[in-house]
Amino acid sequence: MSLIDKLSILFGGISALLGIASVIGFVLSCKVTSENGRATVANLNARIKAWWVMVAIFAVSFGLGRGVTVVLFALTSFYTLREFISLTPTRGADHLPLVAAFYVLLPLQYWLIWTDWYALFAILVPVYGFLLLPSLAALKGDAGEFLLRVSRIQWGLMLTVYCISHAPALLTLDIPGRPNEGFLLLFFLITVAQFSDVMQYVFGKLFGRTKVAPVVSPSKTVEGLVGGGLSAVAAGAGLWWITPFTPLQAAAMALAIVAMGFLGGLSLSAVKRSMGVKDWGTMISGHGGVLDRMDSLSFAAPVFFHLTRYFYT
Amino acid sequence: MIDLLLIGLTRFLVGGQAQWIGAVPDTRQRIYFANHASHLDTLLIWSALPRPLRGITHPIAAADYWGRGKLRRHIALKVLNAVLVERATQGPPGSALAPLRGVLADGESLVLFPEGTRGSERLPGPFKSGLYWLSQEFPEVELIPTYLDNPSRAFPKGTFLPVPISCTVRFGAPLMRRAGEEKDAFLERARAAVGALASDPVP
Repeated sequence: MSLIDKLSILFGGISALLGIASVIGFVLSCKVTSENGRATVANLNARIKAWWVMVAIFAVSFGLGRGVTVVLFALTSFYTLREFISLTPTRGADHLPLVAAFYVLLPLQYWLIWTDWYALFAILVPVYGFLLLPSLAALKGDAGEFLLRVSRIQWGLMLTVYCISHAPALLTLDIPGRPNEGFLLLFFLITVAQFSDVMQYVFGKLFGRTKVAPVVSPSKTVEGLVGGGLSAVAAGAGLWWITPFTPLQAAAMALAIVAMGFLGGLSLSAVKRSMGVKDWGTMISGHGGVLDRMDSLSFAAPVFFHLTRYFYT
Repeated sequence: MIDLLLIGLTRFLVGGQAQWIGAVPDTRQRIYFANHASHLDTLLIWSALPRPLRGITHPIAAADYWGRGKLRRHIALKVLNAVLVERATQGPPGSALAPLRGVLADGESLVLFPEGTRGSERLPGPFKSGLYWLSQEFPEVELIPTYLDNPSRAFPKGTFLPVPISCTVRFGAPLMRRAGEEKDAFLERARAAVGALASDPVP
């Protein structure tokens, strides 16, 4: 089966799933009567609509090739970093480090992926960004809350640029006997991570009783986590045929993605809570900000990238 | 064409979302008065206004910045519909307001930054008296307090490049006139109306 055939089947399958979800959403919107239920169904339908748009964007960028996909993820990093910094207090003296983060480190990181310069890509932000940003901040001569300020910028950059950039970096992996199949790995990662989020939401809404971490994230429940996680692992195992993994290995990979995704969602909920907000932004109707959709992926991407790189290339 | 490009760039970099809190977008004659933190402010309000309002709204821009250089001047006058005012005029009191009176007399709307210069604080500083005089001369014009959230972080004074931090433009309820109100009391009330629209992000 050719790459195009596989991608057609995959996007066809996702469109079918979203079609079913849209029908369910429509039926629910006709049936619901209570005020509370109406709000939930309205949010659900906004989410489904946004999913259609996101899937369309991904399908188009996959179709247009690696360059466009890299640019798409660079934009994702840009918007998530913007959301992160917008909610994080900064001062005048942070301006120069922020200029460096947005206009130098972010494009450079994605340029390194584009040119497949792994050795520098892996250390640019954690090492050179780590050295550059505090230096620029210190040059301004403002020592107030210095450690806190540089940590925030460094953390935002790690999370939104470094971690997320590992997703398109899958396109650079050279798996023996499988040329140009990085797209399928990327598809696998995104599908498992997002399917896990969706199913955790669904299971949580239907059966959620026991909260995992009520203080950090009131919407996360054990029932949602187990049900959603298991469905995503099953979905991952079912997608083994697009990957270099056996079905069992695909399930294990999916489990790693689900576990990291859960931890990412939880950690970022803690960050949001510490800032006193519920969502990172308002850009994706029904979902909140871009980072609300990318939180699980940002934790899962580097782990999945390295597991695949070490064991399959 | 340039206008769409500028709006696109503003949205891309700083968002510039409009929140109509106490007023709705309307073509009636208005003076929007806002806090002033950066050179982005004019662009922000302009991007936040719906297209039909942009055509009849004239931001006040400092001639010493927006009038300098051919491109900037073109953008200010032809694209942003701006009225350039000299900040350093030494004429009789109120003479700097002449171009603003012209706009209001033509029945069109204004965007004013009554602090006169860019501040770096979240809350606006003391207002200059222009807003008071104009409100006296044109009592039928609606006065809309406007708060710009974050431009002082996205593009602080003394820097050359804005960074992408989301900025919001909030339009509040029209400032009601009070009969016989003194100038200073009015200006303080107007300043408070702008400050009241500031949301405090949790530190």
